[in-house]
Amino acid sequence: MQYLKLVLFGLIAIFAAIAADWGRDLAYSVHAALIMLIAAFLFIRELRRVGEPATEHDPNTYMDGPIRYGVIATAFWGVVGFLMGTLIAFQLAFPVLNFDWAEGFANFGRLRPIHTSAVIFAFGGNALIATSFYIVQRTSAARLWGGNLGWFVFWGYQLFIVMAATGYLLGATQSKEYAEPEWYIDLWLTIVWLAYLAVFLGTILKRREKHIYVANWFLLAFIVTVAMLHVVNNISIPVSIWGSKSVQVFAGVQDAMTQWWYGHNAVGFFLTAGFLGMMYYFVPKQAGRPIFSYKLSIIHFWALIFLYIWAGPHHLHYTALPDWASTLGMVFSIILWMPSWGGMINGLMTLEGAWDKIRTDPIVRMFVASLAFYGMSTFEGPMMSIRAVNSLSHYTDWTIGHVHSGALGWNGLITFGCLYFLTPKLWGREKMYSVPAINLHFWLATLGIVLYAASMWVTGIMEGLMWREVDADGFLVNSFADTVAAKFPMYVVRGLGGVLYLSGALIMVWNMWMTIRSPEAKSVTVSVPAE
Amino acid sequence: MDDTYSLLRAFADSWALLALMLVFLGVVFWAYRPGSRELHEDAAQSIFRSEDRPARADADRDPTLEAPK
Repeated sequence: MQYLKLVLFGLIAIFAAIAADWGRDLAYSVHAALIMLIAAFLFIRELRRVGEPATEHDPNTYMDGPIRYGVIATAFWGVVGFLMGTLIAFQLAFPVLNFDWAEGFANFGRLRPIHTSAVIFAFGGNALIATSFYIVQRTSAARLWGGNLGWFVFWGYQLFIVMAATGYLLGATQSKEYAEPEWYIDLWLTIVWLAYLAVFLGTILKRREKHIYVANWFLLAFIVTVAMLHVVNNISIPVSIWGSKSVQVFAGVQDAMTQWWYGHNAVGFFLTAGFLGMMYYFVPKQAGRPIFSYKLSIIHFWALIFLYIWAGPHHLHYTALPDWASTLGMVFSIILWMPSWGGMINGLMTLEGAWDKIRTDPIVRMFVASLAFYGMSTFEGPMMSIRAVNSLSHYTDWTIGHVHSGALGWNGLITFGCLYFLTPKLWGREKMYSVPAINLHFWLATLGIVLYAASMWVTGIMEGLMWREVDADGFLVNSFADTVAAKFPMYVVRGLGGVLYLSGALIMVWNMWMTIRSPEAKSVTVSVPAE
Repeated sequence: MDDTYSLLRAFADSWALLALMLVFLGVVFWAYRPGSRELHEDAAQSIFRSEDRPARADADRDPTLEAPK
């Protein structure tokens, strides 16, 4: 096995070296060089270990190593993503920040996908992988399946993130929103994701609890559906095996529909189902009482799964998409309101009889605020999917505001809550280093979201109304530049909201650092070294 | 009605819709079936078990055999 690995790493390093030399574009060559270095590093490390016994995996302990790394990676990528977001928000307000010397690399167009991928896939994805590994072990009462495969998932996913982000910077993109990475990065993610599925499913299969806890249903649906969406939306043919450019197989409206079937279900299954899995474990856990209604959680799961997959066409109102398809998307989006609110109520009512915890426990308060934002954005979303509303809101900042009240409010706050829950647990501390700092983080984040969402509502509706304003003769009143000028003050407010949110995250990082490094260290579980 | 598109389209908004609807109603009924309360209450409590280490191999046969503290 060790010799097989040595041969494999050696071959990869040689192939990557050739690819780096023959690469037809900068991004491809840089990525090939990166792969070469990683393969060479692994080769040498494996070589030094020849003859050593393989790592033992004690089935009577949990495998928390990749979770600890995942918690740190989540915080790290969160800060990177929020920083990028704040930067590009100010780039929109002050175009001079698209510096001349960085033109072609650090202008808005290049940095925007780095921001979206960093927050969704790097911050959100790492949070999902770490918490799902934590949840599936605890609720299955079994050690993570697959030995070192859990480590492969963690490091493989980081490599995907680094390649995706550097690719955007250097201009490798297939121009599909939230699916920008080029073909070889897509292939790599597919391998990592299948390993993730294997680890998760393997742990469920060897569980020692009779019932599969509902959080695992949501997490499994997230893993399976994202695999399907990713593969179908990225069917493309590379122009050359020595270059990053690829050509999509679908064209025209079929491509648009596939893209938004992917795009909306990335929201539905990545940012909703996966995070609901977190919610169903950590909210009851932190509140210290079981979920309000387990039956409701089952209905919530099936209704969400049945409905979400059809909602994509609402992104394509008034396009070449047939009317019936866009009506279908709209109707399913509106029905989706019911399971969304059912789930929110289920989470909130878990606190029944313990409402005082909202006042006394800042982590519970974060969870509650997160559920409130979930409820708010799942009300706003269906409303915006109605064709008449969409004719005003589409292409305006309202959409951006909606996405951020969901992402910053729901996904962000619940992830912060989970990090505050996990950090003391995983490093054997009683609680976070500073509880008042959690409180401060909560208020900075909440205030940041309020500034962000409110300013985007104002500019969104304003520019939507300005675009459609006609004079008595039927001529358009405003030019596009007029709307840009009118939006300036709100863009500054939005940027300030980002600054608040980012400073909250920095306080969290400091708090986590102090918790992990605090001298009252005691090791809880046997940590297993990588590979 | 003879091209694949129309055929699939007709199938999707009739039989497929009916089948999915029935499956969903079946799920709702299954969740609320008589006698499911005990199972669900046990499942809801499962997050408070096995917090620090995996359960012993024989725990699923006898729930009193909890993970050693």
